[in-house]
Amino acid sequence: MYWINTVVQGALVGGLYALFATGLSLMFGVMRIINLAHGDFIVMSAYLAVVVMGLLGVDPLSSLAIVVPVMFGIGYVLQRGLLNFTLGGDILRPLLVTFGLSVVIQNGLLELFSADSRRLQLPWLETASVRIGDQLAIGLMPATVFVVAVVVIAALELLLYWTTLGRAFRATADDSDTARLYGVNNRYIYAMATAIALGVVSIAGVLFGIRTIFDPTIGPARLLYAFEVVIIGGLGSLWGTLIGGVILGVAQAVGAAFDPSWDTLAGHVVFLLILLVRPQGLIPKTVGL
Amino acid sequence: MSLLRTNGLVAGYGDFQALFGVSLSIDEGETIAIIGSNGAGKTTLLKTISGLLRPRHPTDIEFEGTSIGSLEPEQIVARGIAMVPEGRRPFPSLNVEDNLRMGGYCRRAGPWTLERVYQLFPILGERRFAQSQALSGGQQQMLAIGRALMANPRLLLCDELSLGLAPIVIRDIYAAMPGIRAEGTTMLIVEQDINRAFAASDRVYCMQKGKITLEGRPSGLTRDQIKLAYFGI
Repeated sequence: MYWINTVVQGALVGGLYALFATGLSLMFGVMRIINLAHGDFIVMSAYLAVVVMGLLGVDPLSSLAIVVPVMFGIGYVLQRGLLNFTLGGDILRPLLVTFGLSVVIQNGLLELFSADSRRLQLPWLETASVRIGDQLAIGLMPATVFVVAVVVIAALELLLYWTTLGRAFRATADDSDTARLYGVNNRYIYAMATAIALGVVSIAGVLFGIRTIFDPTIGPARLLYAFEVVIIGGLGSLWGTLIGGVILGVAQAVGAAFDPSWDTLAGHVVFLLILLVRPQGLIPKTVGL
Repeated sequence: MSLLRTNGLVAGYGDFQALFGVSLSIDEGETIAIIGSNGAGKTTLLKTISGLLRPRHPTDIEFEGTSIGSLEPEQIVARGIAMVPEGRRPFPSLNVEDNLRMGGYCRRAGPWTLERVYQLFPILGERRFAQSQALSGGQQQMLAIGRALMANPRLLLCDELSLGLAPIVIRDIYAAMPGIRAEGTTMLIVEQDINRAFAASDRVYCMQKGKITLEGRPSGLTRDQIKLAYFGI
């Protein structure tokens, strides 16, 4: 029973990791940009929630109503005003620029909010749980995070496969020049991709802030998890991302059950094993998204 | 007034100049063929007209009397110039129907709809949910033409429709041309097969080394004239 419990808790955390990874996957899928500031945008969203909660006196979940649109807007402007200019040449350019952004965001947050650890308080959700049998209890918070992850991924799938915008995303990912021949403004498409990516990231960031403490420097470690999830699941597959998140979450939980200091290590080991055995990921999609 | 006119068009890739003053004009409803050997600049010409390449001077290209040389490809297709690109280039992760829908992305009004394209190329209708990569070369070419028609262009640019296809397949594709012309669509086709080009067009331009070397009606040109214009010998 102890192990079932461990695996279930790990799987639920996997939902959060999947949310970390979807934005990264979307930006890479559409533009072949690896956003090294991705983890810092997660942390930035959590701090944005701190500000919104302070100003309006709302709880963290309600703050999403403002945090998500703001991050969406930041994503759009960031892509149109900066990242679009790094595309089309050397792949090092977007890497360097997003690395720079990562440094700027971390230091900006440090300047504004100090190095103190923060947490987004939501007592009723954090402690509530549903009992299943004698020894298994599922926390309402982890369950919520997992459900949100499934809903967000399903919504992105709908967007990609059933809307004109999604079709344009996929066409641009395949062949941006040819897409332009049929009227696709790729600068707009790229901006929408980053906007949606940061919108998803902001949901992940706020849920992350409710779940655990954060400070301005922890972004890069979240980026690492996001990378691992994307690669375990297979590049460009959103449901693969969810599976990747669950695998990473379970690996960490099982590792921690042996020794609490092993959780991150166990995650990395499983990631490396999968990279060795199945480098293309579990559900690979080679073309486009 | 001609629908499309280029005035001493100069263009190239970076430092490499490919077009050295190309002047041609196309009237509404005409079908023009451009012939020439590999490297003559035919594809470069079409890429420049469609906006993928910038001409040296924006005024080098006029469409419906206004210069379009400084516009982006997505603005040019919205004005009514659609291209069937060299090598067909279907979107590999989209199925047949989604590829066609991408052609209609700019939402220009006109006669061409999914149903009309499926009438023109029934095989596309049968395989509407197939991945575009699963189609044969000829079917991919039909898809590329259908996709461009979905933009309801006034001017359709076709780059090497016969490239890499079996003669019988080429015949099927050219059999669709009258149906396209019947909608009043003006066509500019690039073709290496001289007989095909002459049979399908009202007027022919021959290019060599980035310049126009011959222009005329197919019936009015002699073999020797063409040989000289095509090969320079």
